[in-house]
Order: sequence, then C-alpha cells, then structure tokens
Amino acid sequence: MIAIIDYGAGNIFSVKNALDYLGLESRLVSDKESIKSADAIILPGVGAFPAAMKMLSDTGLVETIKEEAAKKPFLGICLGMQMLFEKGYEFEECDGLGLIKGSVRKMEEPDLIIPHMGWNKLEKLNDCPLFEGLGDNEYVYFVHSYKAECADENISAYSEYGGRVPALVYDGKFIYGAQFHPEKSGATGLKILKNFAALI
Amino acid sequence: MLAKRIIPCLDVRNGKVVKGVNFEGIRDVGDPVECAEEYNRQGADEIVFYDITASFEGRGVFLDVVRETAKKVFVPLTVGGGIKTVDDIRETLRAGADKVSVNSQAVKNPQLIKDGADIFGSQCICVGIDAKKIADHKWTVYINGGRVDMGIDLIDWVKQIEQLGAGEICLNSIDADGTKEGFDIEMLKAVCDACTIPVIASGGAGKINDFAEVFEKTGATAALAASLFHFKELTVGEVKEYCRSKGVIVR
Repeated sequence: MIAIIDYGAGNIFSVKNALDYLGLESRLVSDKESIKSADAIILPGVGAFPAAMKMLSDTGLVETIKEEAAKKPFLGICLGMQMLFEKGYEFEECDGLGLIKGSVRKMEEPDLIIPHMGWNKLEKLNDCPLFEGLGDNEYVYFVHSYKAECADENISAYSEYGGRVPALVYDGKFIYGAQFHPEKSGATGLKILKNFAALI
Repeated sequence: MLAKRIIPCLDVRNGKVVKGVNFEGIRDVGDPVECAEEYNRQGADEIVFYDITASFEGRGVFLDVVRETAKKVFVPLTVGGGIKTVDDIRETLRAGADKVSVNSQAVKNPQLIKDGADIFGSQCICVGIDAKKIADHKWTVYINGGRVDMGIDLIDWVKQIEQLGAGEICLNSIDADGTKEGFDIEMLKAVCDACTIPVIASGGAGKINDFAEVFEKTGATAALAASLFHFKELTVGEVKEYCRSKGVIVR
C-alpha cells in the first residue's frame, strides 16, 4: 500500500486518481500508524513552503516521516519535493524536512515568465530507477516559482528554464523528489509513478 | 526548453459539450469526458472546461464531469465559468481541477484573485479576460460573456491582476473570436509586454498556421481553441506537428 500523506495541502486527489488508474493500492493518510505500515510514501503539495511546513508540523507527522523515509521508497511531489531540502526561502526563511542537502529559492532571472508553467524536457544527469523504460525526449508538466539548489550528485534530471531547474532529485537510497507533477504528466508521468511503485 | 502549449477548450452546458460562435448560436454536441479523453490521445497539453450552465443543478452535473475526467485524463485541467467565491474555487479544485479560470467575477471583485492566490497558490488562479479594441493600441475589458463593456483599460487590468497574484492570463479577443482569421496578435503583444506571467492566446484560430504565427510573433506561452478542434477541422496532433516543422518547441 502506498500512503499519500494528507496534511490539508496539495493535489492529493490527482495523485490518488493516477495511482487508482494504474491499479496501484493507495490510501490518503494522516496518522503515524498508517505511514509506518505503508510500503511506500508519497508527499504531495502545492501552495507556499512555510504554510505547508506548518500544516505538516501541526499534524505531528514530521518525525515519523523522517524515520520512515530512511526505510522505504519515498516520493515528494512539487512542494512536497521542495520540502525535502533543509531550507526554503518563500516569503521567509523556513526549515524544511532536511532529508536532502540544499535549499529552495525564488526563480528570478530577468524577463523570465513566472511561474514556470507547462511542459518541459527532462535532461538526464544521473541514473535513477524512476527512469526505467523512458526515452531521451520526455516532457513533464511543471508549475512552480521556486526551485531547488542542491549538489549535482542528487540531481537525476533537470530542465532548462532560465538555467538548470532540478526536476527529479534522488538521495541514492529511498528518497525521490519530483519538481514536476507526474500525476499530470500524461503517459510519461504515469510511467514514473509505476516505476516508483515497482521499488516496493 | 519550455514547450508551447496547445489547449483545447470544451464549453459545457447541462453535462454536454457545446460551442458558441461569437458567444451566440450555440450548437449542442458530445460527451465532455469522451471529448477530453480524445484530446488527451491527440496530445493536448492541457484541457479547459468552461461551464456555461446558469443553474445550481447544472453546476453539480458540471462538477461530476470534471470529477470523471480527472480519473481518466492525466494532464492539467482548467475549469472556468460560474466561479464567484473562494468556496467555489475550493469546490472546483476538490473536484479535480488543477486551475480555475475566473473572469467576470474577478472584474467585479478583484479581491477574489488575491484571496484565491493566497489560499490555494497563484499557480491555480488563471484570470480569463475578454477584451475588445476601442482605438489604436487601446482595448477595454468586457464581462458576462463579452456582452458588457466595463470601460476598464486592458493593460491597466493586466497589471492589476498580476499584482493581485494571478498565476496566468487567458486572453480572449472579442474581435477575433469566432472569425477564424487568426489570433489577435497586436493585443497579445501588448499584454505579453505588460506582464511577466504566462499568457494563453484565445479567440480567432482558424488555420493551422495561426498557431505557429502566434508563437512566432508574440510572447504567448499557450494557444487555446474550441470549435476548430471540436468540429474536427484540425487535431491537436496536426497543429503540434505543424508548429514543430516551423521550429516552435512543442511536446
């Protein structure tokens, strides 16, 4: 069973719909036991970093998430990916989950249209199990105004938008983060979710 | 590189797809969920549902359409029409929409844009604008399906909605809409120059070259059409293939 963490923010129904469509068992969860008993965890999220971190903290799940992310496949999506890092700078400095080294900052190259909204190409940088079966010309759907800054070794793929935008990050063990929305990225996104479930 | 988006729009009334020509003379056709699935197969980058139902009962049927589509189609869904309050936005997003498009109500109550962006994030607040030319390089904003001139300058309005936190603009030209003579290049250029949020071109698509032209000549990041795709004059795939041949980056 894949636990989709429901903490009051985020695109939880879209993620659930995509997993249902793929025939993968999943549940929206907001309690420690369900997260502990799950085979894999997805942390979705849209909205602002500090508000989402606060909502997540209010559920009392932060410690459980950190513990479980070291033991089983864990995927953060969009803001859920950004929260994997140590710090965010949306409106104010705010601590993230600190599961991957790095921070999240505003995209502010001059003349860049913000949000980065639409389909962009995945440029592979490092091998990643979630790429299984994908070609070299894959587009995925993004919508965000902040981006991760982290070491190249944690970047599985980036997209070009006013410089490199980390698209898929991986800690080399269990933790994955997609800046794009796999649940909204057509056949490519569904394949990525299927690959994630295959890690169980 | 970010790909230019091709977006088919489905106007829905009482659970059926219809298409208005110049907002009048509506013709009834097709099941919206099936239409959305077909557009998805054709490679649509996003799908827009526009609710033209006026009744409370119709709203429920419409949201069921969104709900059913979200179970089968995994590209972004934008939903517009009849959204008046923050609660309407919430209900629409919960039904499976990724973005809402607010139009008349945003003009009457601009605070709706700010409240929506603050609560749900700018990324899901698209502001639809219907505008018409009144003089050289000057346009005004209309509401109620292009029937009422609010006398608001288009460029002032664009700047205001960006300030309020809109994440995207869907710009419909009343002059071009239904004419099939191409997008309103002049108006689109003026709006793209006035803001740094994504702009969707809407109204006037009639030929395959209209799409390549709007991307070559303006900063629009997406182009939307309804009847052209609905009456199968062109497929989304054909449009993308043509754009690609003209050097436009598409998915």
